[in-house]
Amino acid sequence: MTRTRLAVAAAAALLFAAVPSILSAPARADDQDFALIERGRYVATTADCVACHSLPSGKPYAGGSALQTPFGTLVAPNITPDRGTGIGNWTEEDLRRTLREGIGRGGKRLYPAMPYPAYTRMTDDDIRALWAYLRTLEPVSNAVEANQLPFPFNIRLLMAGWNLLNFEPEPFKPDPQKSAEWNRGAYLVQALGHCGTCHTPKTMLGADDTGRALQGANLQAWYAPSITADKRQGIGGWTADQLVAYLKTGANHQSLASGPMAEEIQNSSSRMTDADLKAIAAYLLDRKPPGTQAQTATVAADDARMRTGGAVYTDTCMACHGGDGKGQTFLFPTLAGSGVVQADDPATLIRLVLDGSRAVATDDRPTGPAMPPLGWRLTDADVAAVVTYIRNSWSNAAPPVSADDVAKMRKTLAQVN
Amino acid sequence: MARKLPRKDVVVIGLGWTGSIIANELCDEGLDVVALERGPWRDTATDFNIGYAPDELRYNARQELMLRPAQTAVTARNNADQTALPMRQYGSFHPGNGVGGAGVHWAGITWRFSPADFRLKSHYTERYGAQSIPEDMTIQDWGLTYEEMEPYYDRFEYLAGVSGKAGNLDGRMQEGGNPFEGARKREYPNPPMMQTFGPTLFAETAAKMGYKPFPIPSSLLSRTYTNPLGVTMGQCTFCGFCTNYGCANYSKASAQTTVLPVLMRKPNFELRTLCEVLKVNLDSTGKKATGVTYVDTSGDEFEQPADLVILCAFMLDNVRLMLLSGIGKPYDVRSGTGVVGRNFCYQMANQVVGFFDPAKYNFNNFIGGGATGMAIDELNNDNFDHGPLGFLGGGSTRCAPIGAEPISKRPTPPGSPTWGSGWKKAMRDSYLSNLSVGCEASSYANRGNFLDLDPTYTDRLGRPLMRITFDFPENDVKMSAYVTKKVAEIVRAMGAQAIDENPRTGPWSVVPYQSTHVVGGTAMGADPSTSVVNPYLQSWDVPNVFTVGANVFPQNSGYNPTGTVGALAYRAADAIRSRYLKSPGPLVQA
Repeated sequence: MTRTRLAVAAAAALLFAAVPSILSAPARADDQDFALIERGRYVATTADCVACHSLPSGKPYAGGSALQTPFGTLVAPNITPDRGTGIGNWTEEDLRRTLREGIGRGGKRLYPAMPYPAYTRMTDDDIRALWAYLRTLEPVSNAVEANQLPFPFNIRLLMAGWNLLNFEPEPFKPDPQKSAEWNRGAYLVQALGHCGTCHTPKTMLGADDTGRALQGANLQAWYAPSITADKRQGIGGWTADQLVAYLKTGANHQSLASGPMAEEIQNSSSRMTDADLKAIAAYLLDRKPPGTQAQTATVAADDARMRTGGAVYTDTCMACHGGDGKGQTFLFPTLAGSGVVQADDPATLIRLVLDGSRAVATDDRPTGPAMPPLGWRLTDADVAAVVTYIRNSWSNAAPPVSADDVAKMRKTLAQVN
Repeated sequence: MARKLPRKDVVVIGLGWTGSIIANELCDEGLDVVALERGPWRDTATDFNIGYAPDELRYNARQELMLRPAQTAVTARNNADQTALPMRQYGSFHPGNGVGGAGVHWAGITWRFSPADFRLKSHYTERYGAQSIPEDMTIQDWGLTYEEMEPYYDRFEYLAGVSGKAGNLDGRMQEGGNPFEGARKREYPNPPMMQTFGPTLFAETAAKMGYKPFPIPSSLLSRTYTNPLGVTMGQCTFCGFCTNYGCANYSKASAQTTVLPVLMRKPNFELRTLCEVLKVNLDSTGKKATGVTYVDTSGDEFEQPADLVILCAFMLDNVRLMLLSGIGKPYDVRSGTGVVGRNFCYQMANQVVGFFDPAKYNFNNFIGGGATGMAIDELNNDNFDHGPLGFLGGGSTRCAPIGAEPISKRPTPPGSPTWGSGWKKAMRDSYLSNLSVGCEASSYANRGNFLDLDPTYTDRLGRPLMRITFDFPENDVKMSAYVTKKVAEIVRAMGAQAIDENPRTGPWSVVPYQSTHVVGGTAMGADPSTSVVNPYLQSWDVPNVFTVGANVFPQNSGYNPTGTVGALAYRAADAIRSRYLKSPGPLVQA
């Protein structure tokens, strides 16, 4: 056996090492196989199915809330085993094809709001386990009209063309040069965790721009920041332990998760095994950061926007985030050196100032502190100035923000809220 | 007719400091707990938003966080020969309204009572003889010792993240701490607050005069801190808006910043806000509570059955609920018999303001906090010889720059004009160069001071109002005059050019704010003939009713009450968890 083949075998073994091993099960698996069902539950958690397929107040997996896409509204369907309104009359093969090819029962083509471009890399064993788990859910009768897109996007057949251009079913390919842990991390990020669904920029057609994978993307009036090893805009300044702490508890030395990431942590990564979180960190922090970007020129300290921004900061922000932008650990995020703060796209930062946000509360970090909304007392120009100031103080460097950017975000938030 | 709801293991009335602590402890025991809170939900980012948290008009003048008389007023009089009238505005004290209770708008000063406090009557009798206690002074022992309280003080201090300096670690005296405190097992969880110029000058001067100054123990935090429940609090910024305000910075310990993030996540806990409990229901024997009846904002009545009822409301409301529910024998002032309502006490708030040369002194008083500053304890309790003085008690003396609110803080030296350009000049001259030193002093129980149900006035639900019959006893007025004179000596030695001495004198008035440190009414104790609850805060008469709050103090010490209230909450919870649940019934045989 060559060294390469050994490495592949080791990687493949570790892919499944974090969860109970059942994998020699034959196709006619016992549908009450405890280990298989448990594994499926973990797959569902890792894939965060519940996030889209449930309403906050509803039964889990019985159908979700409306997802606003650039093309219109989609609603995640009921995936409980209810025969009338769920997937009670599906087969395991129907689920496999859905995840692998984006084609549901009866040839119904899915929209990629369902992240099948990621799930296509799921292993057979994970899909089988997920199927076994979904069969154990309480059937809930809840009819969901998934496709609420306007014409012509509501024609599902269009997705055949879309898939032709943007999608190729492909299995996960481990990198034999990398460790088993790294490959497990790659599988979690690319397949189950579908991190790119939020963090990868999209093309005009709404497909992942794979050339810029995980470099940050704007969705639902949030900017999901870069999770590459870029030191300024990404998470390259974090250690593996710091990234694991963030994913597990929602807070680390620098940051607190809020917005859609708070939901992800609550439903998914806080419930993942430490070994899997370490694997994710090993993979993400090892990826080569995007090519050296031209160093963004810092806005000069004597710029009028910086002077105004500094005054607003002292008056409004400093009590919590500190004169040095360091904040207070687990309570007020560190602004100095933060990727969200220095992202080219300032959407999240503007939004936080205008609208506030509550950090995720987890069993490990139950505080759940909140940034209060301040949009009611700051003008667009004030917000632009203070955001520009924060983005260009304490060695931070990022393009300035205009009052128009703030006005646009106000308008968007008025629609979202 | 009240709608009957499904049974719960425990109903907690009021979700402030004590309700949150007890509910959290009992949820950890696996019990199904519901809390009924008469006010609204309150949350830091929403209700104490940094953009408006320091709004003096909203929170001080208009008292947004406080109970409104339209909800529940009290009637007040100075003695039993007068007719009590309802107060139209809460002034003298400020009950809170809403989740967090008065613990939202407190100052944050967090003491332990002294070992002598818990056996006050015995202590004075032993030191000065029984005749030293005036005939009408009804002080008594608490039925427990400081040593029994120590572990629970410790738990509350670590929950709240109290910032201070130990004076007595396991009997070893510590330089820089309070030499009069009882022995503590370990240091405070956080180092003392930083000191501004005023308290520094006070401490230097006091030390030169032979006093032993130490930092005020503060539940405003000196640094970022994560408490044993995993909840993180922030470092205080000295913004100066604590008393009457909620804290925007997560820096002041309250139910919100210490317990609720954990409690609200528990699946066996349920909170119902805007639900006011009308009474505790008893069975036909009158010896067992069956639950409570409450009313929501729609005016609908509900009966909540429960195995255990815990009264954790503001102290006046706890006493009133006992009276309205017929738990314990009401106090009768004429015969001196009965217990519920007896030993209502307050606190003697004394103050000396020094006016210094504006050319030389700038205290920057707006940099402050409710619990920052330096203190001395030589004038407190029985830390000095009362033999020749003709009174008992004393107070904690502290220079605590609590902030300088822009509307109400208008310091002028005695004799200044009270309006016009002369007043403006005096105010301008002294704004930065005045300094206040207070002495928050003991209030000892008196036969004529008590709480009962008003015979005339009712609340919006038709229930009799609480009637307060209270005046400052002669003993306490003498004590106040004495300690205020001693404090004035220090302020003079600090270099003040003019001094305004304000010893507390009678008659008590409901109008000016004094402090929210009203205590007593359902005293705890070992003797059922002089107490309403036993030393575990369990009703002598109805053993499945407990009450936790300052209402169980038999009298008040020269220390702020919250530290002791918090410790008692932990002690009661521990007694319920470790003893009551194993064998429901009286924990102490009467």
